[in-house]
Amino acid sequence: MKIIVAIKQVPARDSQLRLNSAAKWIDEEDLTFEINEPDAYALEEALQLKEKQGAGEVIALCLGPERAGSTLREALAKGADRAIHIVCAHPETLDPLAIANLLAGAIRTESPDLVLTGLQSDDLGSGQTGVIVAELLGSSHATNIMEVLLQADAIRVKRELEDGWFQYIQMPLPAVLTIQSGLNRLRYATLMGIKKAKTKEMRIIEAETLGGQAASLDRIYPPDRQKQTQMLTGTAKEQAVQLVEKLRFEMRVL
Amino acid sequence: MILVVMEQHAGAWHKMSWETLAGGQQLGKAMGEPVAAAVLGEGIGALAAELARKALDKVYAIEHAQLALYNADGYTAALAALIGQLQPTLVLFPHTYQVRDFGPKLATRLDRLLLSDVVRVMPGPVFVRQLFQGKLNADVRPTTAAPHLVSLQAGAYRADTLVAGTAPIETITPALEASRQQPEAPFRESSRAVDLTAADLIVSVGRGIKEADNLPLVEELAKALGAELAASRPICDNGWLPMERQVGSSGQTVAPKVYLAVGISGAIQHLVGMKGAKAIVAINKDPHAPIFEVADYGLVGDLFEIVPALTEEIRKAKA
Ligand SMILES: Cc1cc2nc3c(=O)[nH]c(=O)nc-3n(C[C@H](O)[C@H](O)[C@H](O)COP(=O)(O)OP(=O)(O)OC[C@H]3O[C@@H](n4cnc5c(N)ncnc54)[C@H](O)[C@@H]3O)c2cc1C
Ligand SMILES: Nc1ncnc2c1ncn2[C@@H]1O[C@H](COP(=O)(O)O)[C@@H](O)[C@H]1O
Repeated sequence: MKIIVAIKQVPARDSQLRLNSAAKWIDEEDLTFEINEPDAYALEEALQLKEKQGAGEVIALCLGPERAGSTLREALAKGADRAIHIVCAHPETLDPLAIANLLAGAIRTESPDLVLTGLQSDDLGSGQTGVIVAELLGSSHATNIMEVLLQADAIRVKRELEDGWFQYIQMPLPAVLTIQSGLNRLRYATLMGIKKAKTKEMRIIEAETLGGQAASLDRIYPPDRQKQTQMLTGTAKEQAVQLVEKLRFEMRVL
Repeated sequence: MILVVMEQHAGAWHKMSWETLAGGQQLGKAMGEPVAAAVLGEGIGALAAELARKALDKVYAIEHAQLALYNADGYTAALAALIGQLQPTLVLFPHTYQVRDFGPKLATRLDRLLLSDVVRVMPGPVFVRQLFQGKLNADVRPTTAAPHLVSLQAGAYRADTLVAGTAPIETITPALEASRQQPEAPFRESSRAVDLTAADLIVSVGRGIKEADNLPLVEELAKALGAELAASRPICDNGWLPMERQVGSSGQTVAPKVYLAVGISGAIQHLVGMKGAKAIVAINKDPHAPIFEVADYGLVGDLFEIVPALTEEIRKAKA
């Protein structure tokens, strides 16, 4: 089975975000980057599916600037067989439809049985790239997946619904699944894996500029505070003393 | 026309639908557009009748045996046909897990982009969405012609502003091909051993705790306060605490007297599970963390200093 996993490189989680001078995106200088969280789970799931079958291929796919190559290398070190890097200096200027079009173009040339994406990216947070890719490819899809069971010519997947509900769905292959965090336990790259990664194929594709965009990002800005939050100040101990006062006399729970 | 696509499961409304419908009414007024609502399913006469008692210009009941259980293929085909026929200016959806599943597919089918998880609609129209899990906002403008497809975040509009009225119902039976997805009936995992919904006091821990080995720190605080321990999703994903302690859109929805969030950033999927708390206290080292957007009391600083100090002060106060 051939599996493509779409992984995105995003700013590390605790990054201090500053706007760039045009207020169109964040200033990326001084930031460190990492794999988008659910994408790490999607990659792990692909590796486990291949291992369970004892055969197949896992291809990591990423659209991003040159720096994103490091995230693909990590995927190779963890066990992906090869990687495709669609190089695009400013992916933040692309809307999800444009991103999906570029990803789908690369996926088409590989005709995979299964495409896995994360459920949502940490930065853009559109939560839709995988589903758009499915429609562009004419594949069936399911979102928010917590379990993948392979059958002869089909798959049965467990979807997470809201409020603690779940549901199984069966569908034919090829299919696109968007993976939710937590469905497996992530592995670390081994030293051997890191060494091997250097010899694995990383195909570079230059992103062609697409015709039109469906939406433009006019500006970004910090959200305005609507709530009056009482900020407690001072040392840790002073804050603790004040909070105990509040718990006692305002919230009345002590 | 503004078309609001409602969501129902087994004859019960998804409550975010009402917020979206209220949003549709308000935008209809502001834009001078008629407002219609659509509901899909099988045997949905009673739901359509309920919708018809709102101030709407039209209610579309899309009936089909293949829509009895939600499936992306069926919903996409049925709605693509309706939207193609009505040519609305704006199509509004609640940003639910179900809309996440078919909304992007439907938009792509219509040669459009779904503007997802929108928190505010401004004249233009310009749509405000959150980036970086709520740390920043973005103004997004569609550059294609109408219809614009937009899914609204929980809380973007208030359901209690809904206006009652009467509306005619049109029942439509779409032509549907067999769906590729074969859904089975939804189920809940074995009953929850921990019921956080009944708790008066909750101490909730997030990724700020860094390692499982540090959890005793918050366990001690919960014990001193007499509170239940809860967590954000990553803590449960890592297996540090059981899933049943997860608060948020895919976990439990709680409404305690006090919710003390320790090292939790305040992503919307977490907030929807706890913003009904009477009082929210947040401990976070980042003064810009979105959790402070909903907190009544904020303590900015290192949880590894504040939490032990707080545990000690609570013990003293209770002694
Ligand atoms: C469809 C979907 C469903 C989801 N369902 C849920 C759900 O049900 N529940 C849920 O919680 N999430 C859910 N999520 C995930 C959610 O989007 C966030 O990723 C998650 O809530 C983040 O958890 P966190 O706040 O613990 O971690 P982070 O976002 O990483 O935040 C950690 C916080 O700790 C602070 N911190 C770090 N170190 C310290 C320190 N020493 N002292 C003080 N503060 C510190 C940081 O400033 C930061 O604000 C869902 C996501 C999706 C897409
Ligand atoms: N630039 C990208 N490169 C590779 N995969 C991506 C990219 N953007 C989005 N994806 C995939 O699509 C998922 C959803 O992203 P989004 O629609 O932006 O929330 C991510 O978790 C990734 O798996």
